[in-house]
Amino acid sequence: MDWFKRRKGIATSEKKAIPDGLWVKCNSCGEIIYRPELQKRLFVCPKCEYHFRINSKDYVEYFFDPDSFTETGANIKPADPLRFRDTKKYTDRLKAAQKTTGLNDAAITGDATIEGKPVVCAIMDFTFIGGSMGSVVGEKIARAADRARERRVPLIVISASGGARMMESALSLMQMAKTSAKLAQLAQEGIPYFSILTDPTTGGTTASFAMLGDVNIAEPGALIGFAGQRVIKQTIGQDLPEGFQKAEFLKDHGFVDLIVHRWEMRETLGKIIDLLWAGGGKAKNNGKVASGEKAAKASRSSDAVAPGKN
Amino acid sequence: MNKTFRVTLDFEKPVVELEKKIAEMEEYARETGVDLSDDIGRLRRKADNYRKETYSKLTPWQRVQLARHSDRPFTLDHIERIATDFVELGGDRAFGNDPAMIAGIGKIDNHRCVLIGHQKGRDVKENLHRNFGMSNPEGYRKALRLMKMAAKFKMPVITFIDTPGAYPGLGAEERGQAEAIARNLMEMAVLPVPIVVTIIGEGASGGALGIGVGDSILMMENCWYSVISPEGCAAILWKDNTKAPIAAEAMKLTAPDLLKLNVIDKIIPEPPGGAHWDYDVASANLKKAILTELKRLEKIPVETLIEKRIQKYEAMGAWKE
Repeated sequence: MDWFKRRKGIATSEKKAIPDGLWVKCNSCGEIIYRPELQKRLFVCPKCEYHFRINSKDYVEYFFDPDSFTETGANIKPADPLRFRDTKKYTDRLKAAQKTTGLNDAAITGDATIEGKPVVCAIMDFTFIGGSMGSVVGEKIARAADRARERRVPLIVISASGGARMMESALSLMQMAKTSAKLAQLAQEGIPYFSILTDPTTGGTTASFAMLGDVNIAEPGALIGFAGQRVIKQTIGQDLPEGFQKAEFLKDHGFVDLIVHRWEMRETLGKIIDLLWAGGGKAKNNGKVASGEKAAKASRSSDAVAPGKN
Repeated sequence: MNKTFRVTLDFEKPVVELEKKIAEMEEYARETGVDLSDDIGRLRRKADNYRKETYSKLTPWQRVQLARHSDRPFTLDHIERIATDFVELGGDRAFGNDPAMIAGIGKIDNHRCVLIGHQKGRDVKENLHRNFGMSNPEGYRKALRLMKMAAKFKMPVITFIDTPGAYPGLGAEERGQAEAIARNLMEMAVLPVPIVVTIIGEGASGGALGIGVGDSILMMENCWYSVISPEGCAAILWKDNTKAPIAAEAMKLTAPDLLKLNVIDKIIPEPPGGAHWDYDVASANLKKAILTELKRLEKIPVETLIEKRIQKYEAMGAWKE
């Protein structure tokens, strides 16, 4: 039973979305899952459907058409405008994160297609300093919005973020205003913006672009909220209800439109883009309004093959 | 200047003591007719010198404390002194009326305006009513409702930021605190009237920014504005919230720092010792700065105004490529 111990040790590391090792324990039901099997299932637990946290590259593979993604803005790198230092230097934290993730910062952007339909996308990565939004994330999302506006194609932002990045202080805060302003411009041109909220999406990210989709779609069970649960508990002096700040809670309270299984995301997005934006927004409405969630459920039961692996 | 305060900060004590002594001597002189003007003059010079010395080199943490001073003028204190015919309006037309957010219409000289601001309380009772200046979603939605009214009736919007943060409560999450703030950011970016934002006390994070997107960002001298409170930052990054003074230093949250980072456009001077020493002077300085901006912004065609506003936010941040 050596591998049990090893896996446990690695699981305490915060750097990885999913621990290395051949066997992975489900965070929700405790099921021990064979890693290749889990990967085939797009990191969704076969027993309880728990959606593991995955990184930006996985989302590129799972949510967009195969090989359709072309990265843009890859040369945008973080600076250290405040020469920030807490117990460590910000520049050291950046270097460490860049080394472990292979990313420049907590988001990648690019052009891609979904079911053949062109989109511009930005994908956050929780493994890079908690997916925190600093100047680079703000700038990349702003440019993605501009690009969507220029190309007249839908914008998709996949969020996975603890919020604004403290080490860039007020400049991080301003990224909330910057990204929202760019989305306002996009909206004025009548181009759709879809926000995909994954586990977790909190703080300044939720309080800006993540909540502003024409359609907000969450992955099942994702933590989505504004304030941290510890802070809320301290403030109100009582325990929080079960399921608080989960995707389902947000849907019940009217802040996300749909909760879509990871396997069904591409198909659902494709359908919604078709309805809202067929022919670049010029097509006539052909009547039928789809319930994406229902459609997603129906097709999930019929086919367990991962769309990214077709 | 002879004021009694509910709270005296450590570095304020010498000057508060001196002012007290001066007041006593003046009282004594009046009652007995004894001429104490030399002594009073000497003490006054001493107090002035101390003030000049201390307040010319305040640490970021000292400014945080001044920004939070419970005797500091709050939104309504300023509105009272700046605006005439102020009519407070209430409610978000969806859920309720948030007393932590003031919103209304009034005039600043001959400019009709919509005035919006966080409102703190002076004592426990008031603070329970005002929720310590921490708005709930309905506060942000009321603010948005009035901003849209401003657009409809072509009135500029003036906002006053003074909050320790948006309220982190259960109901706030249920009613979409994040969505309420996000919506305001998006709408304010393209609101077709001038927006002058003033920071008059604490500017904590999204709760502040929720009424903080505009054409001119003015910040009073002894305020702080950042992505999190120094205590919150210290607790997360230093794992020790008593490190708040060090965090405050690192966070570059004072007006001079933020001016350098282009987060704000202008610093509004405060009376010696801080705004709480003289409300009238503090408000007069604020009013002067607001009027200068209003006169400038009202001349700009709406399309240009919005274009410039978006460009302003587009440029924010620092990165390499």
